[in-house]
Amino acid sequence: MVCLIRKSVWERKVVINAMLLKQGRAQFAANRAARTSVIVLLVIILLAIFGPWFSPNNGEDIDYDYIAAAPTLEQGHLFGTDSIGRDLFVRTLQGTRMSLFIGIVATLVSLLIGINYGAIAGYFGGRVDAVMMRIVDILYAMPFMFFVILLMVFFGRNLILIFVAIGAINWLDIARIVRGQTLSLRSREFVDSARVSGASHWQIIRRHIIPNLMGVVIVYVTLTIPQVILVESFLSFLGLGIQEPQASLGSLVSEGAQEMETYPWVLIFPALFLSILLFGFNLIGDGLRDVWDPKQRR
Amino acid sequence: MLVYILKRLLGIIPTLLIIITISYFLIRMAPGGPFDLDQTLPPEIQASLEAKYHFDKPLPVQFGYYIADLMRGDFGPSFQYNNYSVTELIMQGFPISLQLGLSAILLALIIGCGAGMVAAYRQNSRYDYILMSIAMLGISIPNFVMAPILILLLAVLLPVFPAGGWDDGSLMNQVLPVVALALPQIAYIARITRGSMLDVLRTGYIRTAFSKGLPTHIILLRHALKPALLPVVSYLGPAIAGIITGSVVIEQIFGIPGLGRYFVQGALNRDYTLVMGVVVFYGVLIVLLNLLVDLVYGLLDPQIRLGAQSSD
Repeated sequence: MVCLIRKSVWERKVVINAMLLKQGRAQFAANRAARTSVIVLLVIILLAIFGPWFSPNNGEDIDYDYIAAAPTLEQGHLFGTDSIGRDLFVRTLQGTRMSLFIGIVATLVSLLIGINYGAIAGYFGGRVDAVMMRIVDILYAMPFMFFVILLMVFFGRNLILIFVAIGAINWLDIARIVRGQTLSLRSREFVDSARVSGASHWQIIRRHIIPNLMGVVIVYVTLTIPQVILVESFLSFLGLGIQEPQASLGSLVSEGAQEMETYPWVLIFPALFLSILLFGFNLIGDGLRDVWDPKQRR
Repeated sequence: MLVYILKRLLGIIPTLLIIITISYFLIRMAPGGPFDLDQTLPPEIQASLEAKYHFDKPLPVQFGYYIADLMRGDFGPSFQYNNYSVTELIMQGFPISLQLGLSAILLALIIGCGAGMVAAYRQNSRYDYILMSIAMLGISIPNFVMAPILILLLAVLLPVFPAGGWDDGSLMNQVLPVVALALPQIAYIARITRGSMLDVLRTGYIRTAFSKGLPTHIILLRHALKPALLPVVSYLGPAIAGIITGSVVIEQIFGIPGLGRYFVQGALNRDYTLVMGVVVFYGVLIVLLNLLVDLVYGLLDPQIRLGAQSSD
């Protein structure tokens, strides 16, 4: 009997979700800016992953015949070379790859913290919720960029620390959103029926609440990735993030900014990639948010 | 109202304590930190550090001394600048950063609100789309990318403004850094103003104002602007934090001798006391300014019954 109830509720949920998904997809596809961004981002991601293989250069070797060369087809220096003769095309793509990688990993870290925190606060509600959200409020008021820099100064500059630090500052938004959604989810019938059939709190959160949050979470992932990329490039720009010979878009822009008066291309290409990347993610995030939450549409 | 202010003042104490505690224990835990003796310090700094941190006392007492010192505005000696205390460096750099930040936030408010109003009044027109596309660009292009591009265009290719330096805050030197610092905030504020203005323009009393034939500019400025600005006021807190953070790179790029530049130099040279001092200083400043913004919001919004509600 219990099993039957659960099944029918579950089936209805699936049907409704499928309907919403179809509607949403149509609405998103009608958003030309978001659609274009998806294509542009896919091109950049593929280029960042596979592009370096098709270049005759490797981003580390110094081409003594082409030091600080302007963009040229010769030797495949499509974006020119930097002041010590490294191919800028490959380096820009490697930087893009690094920025994307950090963006995605740090976003996952913040999801891990934010979803669990928000789901627990929202599910238990009451005093637990009040205390947990008060902590989030307090943390919101802190100057996080400064703390990340502080961490970098004290513990040296390594990649894992960058992930953790950036992930740890970006979970607040997700926790808030997830909590709000959980508050409305926990009084729905399927949660009640799970509780009646004897599921533990942890099982309900993991099996019934969190899967239903995924739609919201996906929207916020597309809005968090550009924020994370921005923070990382900010740190790298100041020389506190990615270190030579590795490159991220931030460190490349920083190099470029020092030499732009004589070799502007060293600035322009990484700056262009960074801006397009952030622009694309933001447009997609906006488009998804319009679909998911029409009330927030501007 | 007074009760509310007092409550809020008490409410910020935990935040301040967290900021101070984190920074204190970070400096104590840091590997290769200032208290490892493999870093050779000039003897006078070593001596003043030991005197300041009271190494002979137990840890809680040391922490107590540290907080007491902070209360008196004493952040300790700088590692990098032998003859200066961190407090002196902050006092040197902060006025410059303050001037830069204030100009940027004023510019952001004026242009952002203006653009947002125009976009909302002409919703879905060509102006709206152009303004909002520019705003999206402004949000997406980080200011450390925008600043070099501005220098390249307006200082190198077209030498209108100086490419850097402060020159005691002369107007020409201020233009580029202030613009670069304000641009992302202009974009955010324009989007927020447009959104709230759209809501306000749909309300009944604005329709009444239109139907009784008031001129458009009077309706927009006198009736619609104030309620539409409330979300902007509540965005001021994040905006201030954003401008302070942004000033760190902007000062670095333009070679402006403000607090942000000291901070980055300190971070790169592992000047622990300086970095920590700036973090605590800015942390306290941001928390206090957030409180101020909340109070102003409470004054502006008649819907908030101050004191009746709890601290939120």
